Amino acid sequence: MTDPILSVRNLRVVFPHRHGELVPIDDISFDVKKGEIIGFVGESGAGKSMTGAAIIGLIDPPGYIERGEIWLDNERIDQLDVRAANRIRGRRISMVFQDPLTSLNPLRTIGDQLVETILTHLPVNANEAKRKAMAGLEEVDIDPGRFNAYPHEFSGGMRQRVVIALALSAGPELIIADEPTTALDVSVQAQVLDLLKKLCREHGTSVILITHDMGVIAETTDRVAVLYAGRLAEVGNTHELLRRPQHPYTRGLIASTPAVEYGDISTELFQISGTMPRLDALPSGCAFHPRCEQALDYCASHRPELQQDGVACWLYADG
Amino acid sequence: MSAEKTLIRRFRESDFLYDFKRSPVTVVSFVIVMFLILLAVFADLVAPTNPFDAGSLNLMNGFTPPMEPNAFTGETFVLGTDDQGRDLFSAIIFGLRVSLFVGLTAVILAMVLGVSLGLLAGYRGGWVDAVIMRTADIQVTFPSILIAMLIFGIARGLLPPHLRDEVAITVLIIAIGLSEWVPFARTVRGTTMVEKEKEYVQAARLIGLGSGQIMVRHILPNVLSPVLVIATITLALAIIAEATLSFLGVGAPPTEPSLGTLIRIGQDFLFSGEWWILLFPAFTLLALALSVNLLGDWLRDTLNPRLK
Amino acid sequence: MPAGFMLMVDFIHVEQLHRRFDLSEPWLARMIYGRPKRFLDAVDNVSFTIERGKTYALVGESGSGKSTIARIAVGLLGPSSGRILIDGHNLHDRSLSEAEHRRIRQRLQMIFQSPYASLNPRWRVGNILAEPLRTFSLVDGRQAEQHRVQELLEQVGLSVSDARRFPHEFSGGQRQRISIARALASRPDFIVCDEPTSALDVSVQAQVLNLLKELQRDLGLTFLFITHDLAVVRVMAHRIGVLKAGKLIEEQATAELIASPQSEYTRMLIRSAPRIRKHSDDVR
Repeated sequence: MTDPILSVRNLRVVFPHRHGELVPIDDISFDVKKGEIIGFVGESGAGKSMTGAAIIGLIDPPGYIERGEIWLDNERIDQLDVRAANRIRGRRISMVFQDPLTSLNPLRTIGDQLVETILTHLPVNANEAKRKAMAGLEEVDIDPGRFNAYPHEFSGGMRQRVVIALALSAGPELIIADEPTTALDVSVQAQVLDLLKKLCREHGTSVILITHDMGVIAETTDRVAVLYAGRLAEVGNTHELLRRPQHPYTRGLIASTPAVEYGDISTELFQISGTMPRLDALPSGCAFHPRCEQALDYCASHRPELQQDGVACWLYADG
Repeated sequence: MSAEKTLIRRFRESDFLYDFKRSPVTVVSFVIVMFLILLAVFADLVAPTNPFDAGSLNLMNGFTPPMEPNAFTGETFVLGTDDQGRDLFSAIIFGLRVSLFVGLTAVILAMVLGVSLGLLAGYRGGWVDAVIMRTADIQVTFPSILIAMLIFGIARGLLPPHLRDEVAITVLIIAIGLSEWVPFARTVRGTTMVEKEKEYVQAARLIGLGSGQIMVRHILPNVLSPVLVIATITLALAIIAEATLSFLGVGAPPTEPSLGTLIRIGQDFLFSGEWWILLFPAFTLLALALSVNLLGDWLRDTLNPRLK
Repeated sequence: MPAGFMLMVDFIHVEQLHRRFDLSEPWLARMIYGRPKRFLDAVDNVSFTIERGKTYALVGESGSGKSTIARIAVGLLGPSSGRILIDGHNLHDRSLSEAEHRRIRQRLQMIFQSPYASLNPRWRVGNILAEPLRTFSLVDGRQAEQHRVQELLEQVGLSVSDARRFPHEFSGGQRQRISIARALASRPDFIVCDEPTSALDVSVQAQVLNLLKELQRDLGLTFLFITHDLAVVRVMAHRIGVLKAGKLIEEQATAELIASPQSEYTRMLIRSAPRIRKHSDDVR
């Protein structure tokens, strides 16, 4: 087994609030291995985007990391000063956001932006950088002849491919992709995900793929972490987890996702009752217990921890 | 059982009050504004003398410095007196009343006009929008004080001389009101254009509501918070505009002096040593305009961070 | 074929619908730069019918014209040519009297995509639901109005006390229920659902989809269901039409369309849909 490229230990993020504090991430630990694609799945408010922001050091104030450690390849990165953090962002960890236009400057050509990123992070001269940029575009199936085109001249899917080229350009060890295909049409989504998968395999880059879509998880990831109300509900190998989900929330999430493969008008979709609790009104014990069909009395008062078998649920606790 | 929260309790728990209390500058501004408003409202009770009552004036009291007994009459005035022996403290309180009255009514006029035109322009679009907004564009190329003077001048030209002083205040209100409607109209138009595309407006159209009803019942409540912000900031502008006009001698008549009129009177005596006649009204005006402005700034940040 | 015969069977009749948008620059700019007028045919000669009490889904990607058809179908937008008959009445017939228009309008409603923008944030839920009742004069007196509002809330699985609350106090899924209740208020028989669950989380999406199906069974509603998601359509629609660039390129009953798509485009859409269950066979 290879060493993890990223290691997060007992991460807790807190937002001070006039009535106390909100805790969007509470005691999360996980590893990302070299070259793997790990999916973070959960519904809105689960804390998946916040996890990504914490890793890259972009939590909006007044939020802060209250406890826990984040290690990138044996270097602790959760307490870096601004300069050191900037050296890591873009160079060793890069981001792909939902809206490609947030990553691209509309006033500059894509080639220009690629070259700039490469020059900032890599010890190369201008010619070399341009050559690398061209190669990067080619890799994401964009005609290098469009080096001097502006972002608005591309379609949504192509823009997201440019962003992927940009994210890969400095040869990072980790890419955090936050809902990279949510704004795209299904047909384009499939292409972009395939591309992301292929390139990360080739470059040996690890990916944290943040999504709300179990389908995207199933198609793309090696491992998956299911988040609920700021905590990990279940972690495991994607194939295993989808085949034998254990946590009632994971099971509900899978069962309530409609499938193109089967079902008809008479199919009653499985539904999880209720909604994700708000951060200022988290239930006691297991946060999922009010929505859980199998909840025990115990669940309302005691919070389950993530066990060795990768599930945080009293149904699977020993004894 | 979800206890129905009382309005007061909801307000106490609201972010609005919380933000307010956390900003000392805002609290101080609010206290100053409230104090000045109360002074103006209860001027008759608070003021030691009635500065408009020519009979009570004693010319012998003229130019009494603050807190010093008058050389002839032995009377003492907290803020001194002006050339006509008018108690400056009373004059300021009554001047404040005129300034605030003119400012508030002018803002209400500007608001009603601007909000209506802005709603209409934003909702209807097309030529209605073009006519209203081009008019606004043309108007803002002139300084608003110039517009006010223009309106003021025309009104005075049209009115018979004996009416001039009587309607001066009304003309002043209309002049300032007409010169300040544009920011209201522009903001409301923009917000309306955003709101009218929202699905709740389409849902209202689906059940067959007319444009008038949609504008007033659905869109208007949703464009009001920026209006409140602009109204507060415009109030400060209107008070200053009134003072400027009065200072220039085209505003409130000397028989009904506003703060601006008092400042104009005072500046004649600044270099002859009677500094208090200018300084106290000027300071009051400064405190009022600054406080209102600071309140407006805070409101803007609190109600709508996007307006920053 | 005489149109009258079709009307007996089909409740909604969309005939050669065409909608063109003028994307030209303002005339002054066109004059100066000598640019021609530009048009977009957002909906191009689309015809289909919906049986009473059934769901017809229009599936397409962005720019396919599906939302334009939805807006034309409820009268928010006029067609450039063609017509839509609702139980034999032409919604866009300008010769109809205001009263006749009202009668048709009362029979059709829409559920919108955004649970956030579709409810007026300044109105209490009770008022939002009462507005159509008042506008169509469907109830007499406050008592009857309140009664009907309560009935609507219960129908969509909300509680009676929710009438006093404001939209921002509800989650996305609950807001979409309020939207559904508002659409039901005028007792319509045809409801256009424009991506009603695309902004919701999956667990909540299932709640809303099940609710819509239940309402259809109980009230005999006819749905035009607009979506980009073939997996959702599979459990929601009786028939599916696939739209691409304003044209209806394929139309079949749901099971047939997914089992044996006729066009390459539909095949590609089905192929691209992510498959969650390829890993499993034993999940419920």
